[in-house]
Amino acid sequence: METAEKTLDEILALAAAHFKVPREKLTPDGDFFKALGIDSLQTLDLLTRLENHFHVELPDYELQGVTDFRTLAGKIQARL
Amino acid sequence: MGSAAEGAVSGVKQFKGQALSWELTNGVIELALHREPCNELGSITLGELEKFAAALADLERDAHALIIYSEMKSGFCAGADLRELYERSQAMEMSEAVRGVRDFLERIHHVLNVIDAAPLTTIAAVHGVTFGGGFELALACDLIIADKMARFCFPELRLGLIPGFGGIPRLKRDLGNAVVRDLLLTGRSFNASKAQQIGLVSQVVAEGEALRAARATAVQLGKFARQTAVTAKKFIKPIPYDELRQEIDLFCELFPRPAVQAGLKKFVESTDAQPYLP
Repeated sequence: METAEKTLDEILALAAAHFKVPREKLTPDGDFFKALGIDSLQTLDLLTRLENHFHVELPDYELQGVTDFRTLAGKIQARL
Repeated sequence: MGSAAEGAVSGVKQFKGQALSWELTNGVIELALHREPCNELGSITLGELEKFAAALADLERDAHALIIYSEMKSGFCAGADLRELYERSQAMEMSEAVRGVRDFLERIHHVLNVIDAAPLTTIAAVHGVTFGGGFELALACDLIIADKMARFCFPELRLGLIPGFGGIPRLKRDLGNAVVRDLLLTGRSFNASKAQQIGLVSQVVAEGEALRAARATAVQLGKFARQTAVTAKKFIKPIPYDELRQEIDLFCELFPRPAVQAGLKKFVESTDAQPYLP
């Protein structure tokens, strides 16, 4: 069972690596759309990468209105 | 364009258009989609798909397999060109717009029925966004081979519509009704692992490997007696023509509703990172 902090850390590391953004520029409460500069297609790409990484299924409607990494981590944590 | 189209209909082995290209090599037809940004199915793509459908009768004499794939990084196909649909429908009376929608649907249904019934083994090699009409194009094929980054969705209900390119009858043909209801009524997107788990996808491969896996599969298919494969396909993959026609009628019935027009407008004008979510 992963802890919430570990889940958050893995999300930040995955997003930084894939979207080529320095890890230190990403903060847990930051807006990931802005921080990563991603559009609608890239958002789906991020969602799929997170599902594959954590082996969970995340219905996209559960992520409606979610903009920060910490809340996103909470949604994933709830399905681990 | 004109000469290529004429050549295609008379059976040339290659075609390069604005939205797609095809080539026949060693018994395998490869149909590549390459319209920016993600192969949206509008009038240009439909016109070229019709050329392909017309050419297929000649091509299939020398082929045992067809692979459909995308050259676009973002995915296989994002579905119908909603921008074109919305803008055209705004420029005319609603009754005329509905006639235009029906004409488009009948034309794309014809193409997908030709692909569905083709006496070849057909493979959709998909990656990334495989949404709406793109998903329906994949469903017309015999096998779907998915890159692990593929993502599937029927977002139409979120726009107040139903899938219009044969999605519901073909999903019902391939899946249990409970799964169909889940995918359609929630309109949620799902990944390749889930698609394989529910029986839609026959192989899930590493990122960037779907076309290679489809080519390897096509080589294997070429070792079998073609007529036996054609007979087996006809037996196990009936085409639900009556339901396909009903789907066109239902789509045209829903299209003029204010909720649909509002949903299309919101989608087309949205700069949201999740434009499908109402």
